[in-house]
Amino acid sequence: MTRLKFLWDRAVQTARLMVGVPDYDTYVAHYQANHPDQPVMSYVEFFRERQRARYAVEKGRFKGCC
Amino acid sequence: MSLQKKLIWAVVVVLGAVSLAIVALTRGEPVNAAWLVIASVCIYFISYRFYGLFIANKVLGVNAARQTPAVFHNDGLDYVPTNRYVLFGHHFAAIAGAGPLVGPVLAAQMGYLPGTLWILAGVVFAGAVQDMTVLFLSTRRDGKSLGDMIRAEMGPVAGTVAGIGVLLICIIILSVLALVVVMALKGSPWGTFTVFCTIPIAFIMGVYSRFIRPGRIAEMSIIGGLLLMAALVYGRTVSETPEWAVYFNLPGTTLALLIIGYGFIASVLPVWLLLAPRDYLSTFLKIGAVVLLAIGILVVRPDLQMPALTKFVDGTGPVWAGSLFPFLFITIACGAVSGWHSLISSGTTPKMIENENQIALIGYGGMLMESFVAIMAMIGASVIHPGVYFAMNSSAALIGSNVDNAAQVISAWGFVVTPDMLTQIAHDVGETSILSRTGGAPTLAVGMATILSSFLGGPALMGIWYHFAILFEALFILTTVDAGTRVCRFMIQDLVGHAIPAFRETRSWANNVIGSALACLLWGYLLYAGVIDPLGGIWTMWPLFGATNQMLAAIALTLCTVVLFKMKRDRYAWVTAVPATWLVICTVTAGLEKVFAPTPAIGFLAHAQRFGDALAAGKVLAPAKTLSEMSRVIFNDYLDATLAGLAVAIVLTMLVYAVIDIRKALGTPKNTAIEIGGIGGAAVGGKR
Repeated sequence: MTRLKFLWDRAVQTARLMVGVPDYDTYVAHYQANHPDQPVMSYVEFFRERQRARYAVEKGRFKGCC
Repeated sequence: MSLQKKLIWAVVVVLGAVSLAIVALTRGEPVNAAWLVIASVCIYFISYRFYGLFIANKVLGVNAARQTPAVFHNDGLDYVPTNRYVLFGHHFAAIAGAGPLVGPVLAAQMGYLPGTLWILAGVVFAGAVQDMTVLFLSTRRDGKSLGDMIRAEMGPVAGTVAGIGVLLICIIILSVLALVVVMALKGSPWGTFTVFCTIPIAFIMGVYSRFIRPGRIAEMSIIGGLLLMAALVYGRTVSETPEWAVYFNLPGTTLALLIIGYGFIASVLPVWLLLAPRDYLSTFLKIGAVVLLAIGILVVRPDLQMPALTKFVDGTGPVWAGSLFPFLFITIACGAVSGWHSLISSGTTPKMIENENQIALIGYGGMLMESFVAIMAMIGASVIHPGVYFAMNSSAALIGSNVDNAAQVISAWGFVVTPDMLTQIAHDVGETSILSRTGGAPTLAVGMATILSSFLGGPALMGIWYHFAILFEALFILTTVDAGTRVCRFMIQDLVGHAIPAFRETRSWANNVIGSALACLLWGYLLYAGVIDPLGGIWTMWPLFGATNQMLAAIALTLCTVVLFKMKRDRYAWVTAVPATWLVICTVTAGLEKVFAPTPAIGFLAHAQRFGDALAAGKVLAPAKTLSEMSRVIFNDYLDATLAGLAVAIVLTMLVYAVIDIRKALGTPKNTAIEIGGIGGAAVGGKR
């Protein structure tokens, strides 16, 4: 069961990363471990920030053409 | 390697060799698609294990102890060490697009064999090598982009030239992909209705994920997916209700203008409203459709109807002009080697790699997967009757616009087909006609519908499957058009910004609108020219697209070669130098032929001259109906010739810079590659 859960979590992570949203828990864990003094974005803020960043023209990102 | 492993690899080698022999040598009787799948998969495993890992370990010298940017700059957002399989999925989703689906379908006019062999050889020795090496270089340089790396390693002039090349490919890609959508939707109310519905569906999803349940990707994707399926099913009703169908039964020119307008609006609207939700839908639909097709091929194991070789290997084919060399290689493009991937391999992926020893899996492996998609597209095009294939992919200028005439012409080519067959297949897929549906997407859709309906739903669902395939292709092409227009806009702003610095400010609303309009104008003009082209547009435009795409791959592999020399890995530099040389030869030959070939079918200048002579004599040649249209045809010829010539000039300029840089590197005894985060590739312990 834990094995299935693990695979499911990975599949969900993959699907989310495919559309440019990395793992939120990893983000929170990273901030708590390395920057305990800084504010951590809520999930909604995190989602919006990632959505904006994925299509930010300033960075000239490219994706799926061929 | 243990004995057991050796035995397993021996079995894989024998199985691959036998399957490939069956695919390549069988004549007269149809070959089962399963052999093609087995041969490809065996070749992928062998090449990954024995060539991909060799390049990673020996040529590039990946260093598991060297910190990757993901670890070094970890910010939980852009730079995140990510599980390799998760990252593999991300990378594959980012590189997979319309190219590997369309190219092989068009290449099938020469038979399935030449295209298949190049897809396999090209990916092993060029495509996957490029993707992996660029990924490696970028990982060692903080995830820098291809343009930045060229600037750093080869100088600012080479960087600017490459930048112009990227803008060129971007504009041509957008126009050609949009052309594929126009060709698939013109005169098809069912398809047009379904694709049109994706816009309001995206709005609903966008509002849902912004305000109602923020950030719930799964929920909104499921809602969007269900609405999409409803639109797909309801599309049939629309197409069968004349008072509705009339609104969605549009000619190519109207569709082209709609797509141009749509591209502009999508580029200006906030991303969460239209672009992002459509991107989510198209990404999941794309992955889903690819998996479904793979399952379909494995379950159904159809026979390939297309011969291994057709008589069109001599370059007289109706789908695209030109001989096997160089145009087959140009046509296949993305399924074998795609320059576009060098932009993605130096984009988000290198910022998420956990360890350098995963570069082979993600870079090399990801491209093998893409190549498998191309193989499936080739199968899709080859399982339908060759007569139907040529009816769909030849322009009306060649086969006329009624089934009797088409069947007669195509049968005369040696692919015996009856008018009834052409009518029947159109009826099966729920269209009024399938004649001259050029662009590859409809052909692949018929192939997919044939395969999928034979194990899910039977003939009754053929129409649904056909339009499902059209929908999935159109959806992700249009997402590319949205995203590409934004990228184009940025590049134009950057380029014009050299002269007018204020134009660079991307937050300015006016700049935003002007930049988007310029971008849409550039690709929109080419799109419109393609739509009114009598030879169907794809005939003219696809080779141009292929040539620029391969040009970018040549540039990327040239950079890789230069860096290998700078890293003092001279003895292994052939790994990228050989495919780079091949691509330079292909693109330069193809580019020069497109400009200077004496036959009007291939050479733009010859075509312009033919029309110019007629114009001078006051005659009007089809497709032009007036003298002013004649002038426009001539203008377009010169425009296309300029684009092709520009591609050649860019490749040759890069080559000159590469030779200079390599000579310089050879004259220095030490490693001169400019890496970031370690000294000359040495391991860095702990944080800097």
